[in-house]
Amino acid sequence: MWCILNRMVQYTAGRLDASFSALSDVTRRGVLEQLGRGDASITDLANKFHMTLTGMKKHVGVLEQAGLITTEKVGRVRTCKPGLRRLDEEAAWIERYRQLWDARFDELDKVVEELKRKEKVDGRKKRE
Amino acid sequence: MDARRESEPTPMKNRTTVERKSERELVVTRTFNGPARVVFEAWTKPELFRRWWVPKSMGMSLLSCEMDVRVGGKYRLEFEPDAVAFFGTYLEVTPHSRLAWTNEEGGEGGPVTTVTFEEKGGKTLLVVHELHSSKEALDAAGTGAADAMVETFAQLDELLLTLGASV
Repeated sequence: MWCILNRMVQYTAGRLDASFSALSDVTRRGVLEQLGRGDASITDLANKFHMTLTGMKKHVGVLEQAGLITTEKVGRVRTCKPGLRRLDEEAAWIERYRQLWDARFDELDKVVEELKRKEKVDGRKKRE
Repeated sequence: MDARRESEPTPMKNRTTVERKSERELVVTRTFNGPARVVFEAWTKPELFRRWWVPKSMGMSLLSCEMDVRVGGKYRLEFEPDAVAFFGTYLEVTPHSRLAWTNEEGGEGGPVTTVTFEEKGGKTLLVVHELHSSKEALDAAGTGAADAMVETFAQLDELLLTLGASV
């Protein structure tokens, strides 16, 4: 049970590694956006991004490995489509991080309020 | 190893403790607000098990869940995506008090998991004991599951709440 959960945690971590690393390149992010507007062949993509076919094949491979796109070969043309992964877990990771900061700032609000109150009281005392 | 971890800080909530008992053993404990009979069912009925087992934050879901809960019976859990599978054989089945099974997805010599259900005043103390074949095997398993375990047990809490009315 523990070991199953552990494996699952390792597996999900591996998937996050793959997707964040796939997203760590401007061309690959561009390809994802491009495919959001419609399917495209590797040749189309290579032209669009002013790259060699070999270079684009590598990028497509990384995106496919991460599950962000799928490809299908019909005849001599390999067509790329957006994958089924919506990056929910990646978004959730970022959201958790964001919440840490929210919580931190909430605490800061409290400290600021407290200091303001204290200053007011001190000020009054001085005047008396 | 810093495997000892305690979850929810509020005293009202039940805590999950994780402790390495020896070089080859890991023990997880958690109390649930419900009789052992119900908690045991949540572990042994596939239709209930699949409602709480997978931590929601993982983004994985159970594709299939088969459990032939009797000594010598097999279980198999398959997850989406990529059909990652976990399987093994039940070694002990004592209704409402004790379960033990092998974990065979990693090949021969996988760990043996024993779960006991101890009822006290309407609550159930759950103890998950995992015995690995070697110190190295347990070291390699890591402690990544600690947070996931807290999450999955909170999901079991919720399930027990919803079952509360009907059982």
